[in-house]
Amino acid sequence: MCLAVPGKIIDIFTSSNMKMGKVDFGGVLREVCLEAVPEVKIGDYVIVHAGFALNILSEKEARDTLAAFRELDEIELDEDNPIMN
Amino acid sequence: MRYLEEFRDAELVKNVLSKINHTVKHPWVIMEICGGQTHSIMHHGIAQLLPGEIELVHGPGCPVCVTSLELVDKALSIASRPNVIFCSFGDMLRVPGSHGDLFSVKAAGGQVRIVYSPLDAVKIAQQNPDKEVVFFAIGFETTAPANAMSVLYAQSLGLQNYSILVSHVTVPPAMHAILSSPHNRVQGFLAAGHVCSVMGYHQYHAISQIYKIPIVVTGFEPLDLLNGILMTVELLESGTPRVQNAYSRVVSEAGNIPAQALIKRVFQDCDRNWRGIGLIPQSGWELRPEYHFFDAEKRFEVEQIQTRESDICISGQILQGIKKPPQCPAFGRICTPQNPLGATMVSSEGTCAAYYRYARIDMEE
Ligand code: SF4
Repeated sequence: MCLAVPGKIIDIFTSSNMKMGKVDFGGVLREVCLEAVPEVKIGDYVIVHAGFALNILSEKEARDTLAAFRELDEIELDEDNPIMN
Repeated sequence: MRYLEEFRDAELVKNVLSKINHTVKHPWVIMEICGGQTHSIMHHGIAQLLPGEIELVHGPGCPVCVTSLELVDKALSIASRPNVIFCSFGDMLRVPGSHGDLFSVKAAGGQVRIVYSPLDAVKIAQQNPDKEVVFFAIGFETTAPANAMSVLYAQSLGLQNYSILVSHVTVPPAMHAILSSPHNRVQGFLAAGHVCSVMGYHQYHAISQIYKIPIVVTGFEPLDLLNGILMTVELLESGTPRVQNAYSRVVSEAGNIPAQALIKRVFQDCDRNWRGIGLIPQSGWELRPEYHFFDAEKRFEVEQIQTRESDICISGQILQGIKKPPQCPAFGRICTPQNPLGATMVSSEGTCAAYYRYARIDMEE
């Protein structure tokens, strides 16, 4: 229940006064409650637990993190190769 | 960006691993709190990739594992009643009570249904007005917003036949309990990313300062886990116990405010018994008095329960990072996922189950 992979919002609607959405988890579609993510838009990725969206993923933060991992390689090269220092 | 494959990239994994190898100088014991992370670590073989100095121990963050035996027995008693439809996450069905499990109740004719969300249980209540529908509301901070929402939803629909059996537990008090134990081995924590996505991580600064321990918020993919370990090792090696966030694409310091408001509206703090560990003060949530109408424990008189735990099971020590599954004499012999003696062998997030599934071959070698 806690192994939540990100899902993509493909539809947003209201049901019994609740903000709901249809979320695509790699091809598996689920209805999810969106009450805690009022600013969510179609195309956003969300973390969902027990049918309830907990947060919207930040693409900028994801890209920054991945870029930092890529840079690690260059730092290591510098350290291992004295000619480059 | 699909936020999945990108964080499993083999080249980047190599980069982070070599940085860990460069950084580590001393032996360290690091605990991941979350059962989902335990599963991911075993599944991806992360522990085997790490330098010998780093030992990972596995924490109590599997809600299925720590739900108290008394509550499991209550669930069995309520689910056995003829007018009840008992709804639960699938993981709970094989959790052993003192006598049997929810599967055996179902086999004996009880109406036990697996649902994906408590909101589905509310719909079942709507469709079955002549039945009592009970949802087994287990979990950490991650499932609390959904469970709170289900109560408000049932209330707004005017349902008289929906209630929840609450067994909510919270992470920070468990960290206190582990760190203040005389048997504690943990020197650094990987904090559970999705718990923090709801609650934020501001509350960890105090724990980090009191116990002089680094705490790094991290996610579930191999790169998230390795990055969390790297940041923890950097803090340990430099002697700067602090809180850091390795999962910024999901987690902010403040967390999700609307979700916290939902939880606060419906639940309040309470003492909780953790299976295998015992009572931890103010370590859980119960329904506020305004919502007692929806409290299954109040709605159903449950006769005095005599709980009986397996004598062999050491899951309490496993949940606190003191021992590992292979040290249990029953592990893989008389205790298996098909025939579990303790709750940590049931859920895929349970440490014994994760070892059984992914690490048995290594052990046999
Ligand atoms: S292997 Fe089974 S009996 Fe041993 S600690 Fe784990 S759950 Fe308990």
